[in-house]
Amino acid sequence: MSGDPAIARHPLDGVEHTPGVAKPDPILTVSGMRRAFGGLVAVDVDHVEFQRGCITALIGPNGAGKTTFFNLLTGFDQADSGRWNFDGNEIIKPAGHKLARQGMVRTFQLTKSLTKLSVIENMKLGATDQKGESLWAGMFKPLWAAQEKGIEAKADELLERFKLSHMRDEFAGNLSGGQRKLLEMARALMAEPKLIMLDEPMAGVNPALTQSLLGHVKDLRTEGRTVIFVEHDMDVVHDISDWVVVMAEGRIIAEGTPTTVGRNQEVIDAYLGTHHDVDLGETPEAPGAYRSVKDDL
Amino acid sequence: MNWGLIISNALYTCIGVQCVGYVMAAIGINMHFGYTGLLNFGQAAFAAVGAYSIAVSVRSLHLPWWGVMLVLAIAPGVMALLLGIPTLRLRADYLAIVTIAAAEILRLVLNSANPKLTKRFGGNDGLQTFTNWVDPLNPFKGKTFHLWKQPVQGHEAFIILIGWILIALVSLAVYLLMRSPWGRVLKSIREDENAARSLGKNVFSYKLQSLMIGGYIGALGGALYAIGGRYAGPSDYSTRFTFTCWTILILGGVGKVKGPIIGGIIFWAIIGFSETFLSEATKPNRHILPTWLVNNNNFGLLRFMIVGLGLAFLVIFRPQGIFGDKREQAFDVR
Repeated sequence: MSGDPAIARHPLDGVEHTPGVAKPDPILTVSGMRRAFGGLVAVDVDHVEFQRGCITALIGPNGAGKTTFFNLLTGFDQADSGRWNFDGNEIIKPAGHKLARQGMVRTFQLTKSLTKLSVIENMKLGATDQKGESLWAGMFKPLWAAQEKGIEAKADELLERFKLSHMRDEFAGNLSGGQRKLLEMARALMAEPKLIMLDEPMAGVNPALTQSLLGHVKDLRTEGRTVIFVEHDMDVVHDISDWVVVMAEGRIIAEGTPTTVGRNQEVIDAYLGTHHDVDLGETPEAPGAYRSVKDDL
Repeated sequence: MNWGLIISNALYTCIGVQCVGYVMAAIGINMHFGYTGLLNFGQAAFAAVGAYSIAVSVRSLHLPWWGVMLVLAIAPGVMALLLGIPTLRLRADYLAIVTIAAAEILRLVLNSANPKLTKRFGGNDGLQTFTNWVDPLNPFKGKTFHLWKQPVQGHEAFIILIGWILIALVSLAVYLLMRSPWGRVLKSIREDENAARSLGKNVFSYKLQSLMIGGYIGALGGALYAIGGRYAGPSDYSTRFTFTCWTILILGGVGKVKGPIIGGIIFWAIIGFSETFLSEATKPNRHILPTWLVNNNNFGLLRFMIVGLGLAFLVIFRPQGIFGDKREQAFDVR
């Protein structure tokens, strides 16, 4: 375990490793969330809490409902039923843009850098409560010029931190895949989010950039922000997460620290066994275990 | 060949009332498509609403001029709300379907032979003599100007002048809006509306604002067109109106403030030039063009073939239009 998780880990010491367990200081709580597509129940989560100031990983085999759950959490999909509590506010039907304004900003698995806007414009878009974003004020530059200047300074600062300054005036379409991930994360930070939701932040990033990207995610925690992320790469999950929530077949089947979750038999059966502990190529029972999980799905 | 007439006619059409109306409507489409990514295939409907707002409120409702302006200020917005509220939450293609259908419905209603409707809208004949209120305002009243060999009536000259002033003002407003954070949100919606949503932007509201503004600009174009020609008729607002506006926009460059203006001038210059040129060249006994290819009766069709061919080459070899920036906005023809 690299970095300094000791401080952040502390609040979760002594929390039981059972699904739906209560956390000492949850920033996001969800109960009774259900989403069905026709006859297929994609997500059916009774109760889950996410600890403030921690990095929580959401993992599970393909088709487990992670992405759907993620979209529901961020208001990008409508749940059939469910109750949210985000940062003390009860929310019935969240809309994506409203949650973002309250401090929950997400990124996307397929990066949505706005390719035909310049990098700096991308960044400036991220800032919330801009006066110039209203139609009438927009036409009169003196009304928003001062605020814009502040936003630009902040954007430049973040670009510096994410090492994108040299690309400042390029179209975002000219960035590499990894740089786009960095840009998306930096842009999310423009909104000063309390909770950052990262959808597969490492997907499609070349290994040279992975370490720097991981460093940036850890920095978010150091700044006191909460991170929830979906990830396939178990090394990444082990490296940065304080807590792991495991989904399978739309339910949460396990919770705990990366190490305990890695030892959980149910999790190994559902998912980790096929990727983590067992070498598929040499162990005869692995393919069978894999098939049984797939059959269940 | 009467080159003086050919040139002066081309000059006349490329600044004329038709050009003014189409350029204005194309600026509206630029707002919708060029900046927000909304596929509006029913700009003719907004133009028709603009034209008939004036014609009907003068002819049937006998409103004073400020009442006419009030109708013009309300009707296009109502139209945009009716079109936008049900469709803007859906994917882009649905707006395209709904707008083209709405434009055709509106045209057929205006064209209807039902006596109750013809009393209001004039049916197939359209409406005339609704522009008398312009005359007291017109300093050129009764005069005739000469654009070299092309005479221009005072009424038309006045509307052309007002029209180009309005185009300049509207373009300035579009420019000011698009350099603002408001415009940045619009462009981000054009690129990816989920990204905009994830950053806390109310995408639906912005799309509706864009639809309304572009609709108002389109209605202003239709109104100028009708006042300048002293006529509002359903045949002017067929799908051809919409697609001519699109041609103008693509020709000039999508997503550029000057795109629709330059595109409109070039388009109407080509139309005006080729019309007079072909009319001169196909006069009996001239023997300039072979009669099996084109004669004095069918040259009108050839003009649009020339424009179509030119447009096809443009999209293949310069997909961003004449003034577009290829990196920022190009027609993806693949």
